[in-house]
Amino acid sequence: MASFDLTDSTVRELNKHLHGSVSGKVTVSNPGGKHSVAVGATDAHEVEINGNVGYYCAGMNADASIVVNGHAGPGLAENMMSGRVHVTGSASQYCAATAHGGLVVIEGDASSRCGISMKGVDIVVKGSVGHMSAFMAQTGRLVVCGNAGDALGDSIYEAQLYVRGKVESLGADCEEKEMRAEHKETLQTLLKSAGITEYAVDEFKRYGSARKLYNFNIDNASAY
Amino acid sequence: MVDRSWLKESATFSRPVIREIQRAAETGIYDIRGFGAKRSVPHFDDLVFLGASMSRYPLEGYRETCDTSVTLGDRFAKKPITIDIPVTIAGMSFGALSAQAKEAIGRGASQVGTSTTTGDGGMTPEERSESKYLVYQYLPSRYGMNPQDLRKADAIEVVVGQGAKPGGGGMLLGQKISDRVAEMRDLPKGIDQRSACRHPDWTGPDDLEIKIAELREITDWEKPIYVKVGAARTFYDVTLAVKAGADVVVVDGMQGGTAATQDVFIEHVGIPTLPAVRAAVEALQELNMHRKVQLIVSGGIRSGADVAKALAMGADAVSIGTAALVALGDNNDTFEDEYNKLGTSAGYYDDYQDGRDPAGICTQDPALSARLDPVAAGRRLANYLNVLTLETQTLARACGKSHVHNLEPEDLAALTIEAAAMAGVPLAGTQWIPGKL
Repeated sequence: MASFDLTDSTVRELNKHLHGSVSGKVTVSNPGGKHSVAVGATDAHEVEINGNVGYYCAGMNADASIVVNGHAGPGLAENMMSGRVHVTGSASQYCAATAHGGLVVIEGDASSRCGISMKGVDIVVKGSVGHMSAFMAQTGRLVVCGNAGDALGDSIYEAQLYVRGKVESLGADCEEKEMRAEHKETLQTLLKSAGITEYAVDEFKRYGSARKLYNFNIDNASAY
Repeated sequence: MVDRSWLKESATFSRPVIREIQRAAETGIYDIRGFGAKRSVPHFDDLVFLGASMSRYPLEGYRETCDTSVTLGDRFAKKPITIDIPVTIAGMSFGALSAQAKEAIGRGASQVGTSTTTGDGGMTPEERSESKYLVYQYLPSRYGMNPQDLRKADAIEVVVGQGAKPGGGGMLLGQKISDRVAEMRDLPKGIDQRSACRHPDWTGPDDLEIKIAELREITDWEKPIYVKVGAARTFYDVTLAVKAGADVVVVDGMQGGTAATQDVFIEHVGIPTLPAVRAAVEALQELNMHRKVQLIVSGGIRSGADVAKALAMGADAVSIGTAALVALGDNNDTFEDEYNKLGTSAGYYDDYQDGRDPAGICTQDPALSARLDPVAAGRRLANYLNVLTLETQTLARACGKSHVHNLEPEDLAALTIEAAAMAGVPLAGTQWIPGKL
């Protein structure tokens, strides 16, 4: 097991270890809100970070499982390819932006633009998400156990959104969808993967694209 | 037969203007097209070299060496790149261009030892394998972005904007979204793709500084990182890009091309390349970073004269896009009959967005794409790049310079007051630079 105390070690030393070595357990202490902690991991490391992290923690992660026992700054797990990122606190804006795969779990709240332009990642937020979440979301699933802010799913493509609480407003071309059996099964699997057992799938509503803006039509100009 | 000699055309409502109003009324859709700004703006044509005479002596044209190599990215990157000529190929996406065109560009650039650049849509194996130096664009859409390709790149270009549309996002209409393009972009086939104009996970120069540091961490500080901006508030944009930690700044003037953008955007947003070069160089000089952070200039570069003038004004290299496509075969007379069927003519074709390019360059149609032979087209591009380089050397030697970077503003004079003011060089025959005491 490798240990990095970021009071003494540098973020560079930590990331270099995650890029070059065979997978193993890595603990990180005293992150102190530093940026780019545990970015670009290339193997199935098990990373535990004890404390709060700044921008872009777990950015472009591939295969690694990263737990943040604290809060995360903007751009958590941005463009993640695979693996798992779990935050016990809350995450700031742009959580899992453009991420292609893997699972991101936020036990607290996620701020605005959670899942912006997501490309296949699964995101489960136990709390609420801010405005413009899932903006231009392409594929993947976003589960929100709390409430969603304004303009949820604005200009959404094929991503699927599940929200248990109140949606302040839906964005352009996003609409409520029928919750069929296969969607309930998907949602159940996601909640289980995130370790959330206290909510029933029947409490959620599903949202997705109305697909009216996929090709330009002058009669839809007012939607732009 | 009407005697047209009596007819007076309105300068305000010219025939093209009237036709555009009619077209807008008929379709209800703004005009989307490719290419760059077509209006006349002050350009490098408005500058001349003074050449050597009594007070300067020239180098022998074919005997004395005139170095053209350029090192890019040695501010922070462990592995800067050194290209053999001061001309690079600008970012153009697979999606906008056919796979054959991307391969041809890689071949042509590699033959002369320079770099090419990906675009909105990710990196294809063809262009990576055929490109000696490949710059990987980091765009707001992040289509196809992944850490594996990031590490395969020779440099990374964070795109903030481009000259054809500063403040605008990418556009790829459904006609060009083939199965392969759709898969690379994680989107359904056939839909119109309107890429975001802002990056999804940073806003402003302070965030960009953190983002650049993240990209360096992911790539172990090896790759040069460029920041590309469309020419607008160039002095401030370049200053902030340097502050954010760029190794190289790319400034793209309004004549820079695009594969698909609204005509109103192309013609009415951004400033010409000429004043942008001066403003960028002034910013670097004020920061004492000129030649430490390299400057690449693009937007309307066509000849060795343009290259040499941009370098004389202080650029380290230039980049070409539209001219590279023309060298591959775009707008060639060979396809005149087919251009006519599309309602246009060779030399005027700009509907890159509709996927029906007869030259097989700006299309995803398999039959049209197959018309472009990547080997032959790559050779044409290499030939053209060699001509640009030879012309640049010719002018540099005439000014007595043993390296193209030794060209300087003092070697230039302006033919118009506008160009003198924008380029910051004296009006020919005077010492007068408008705006300076």
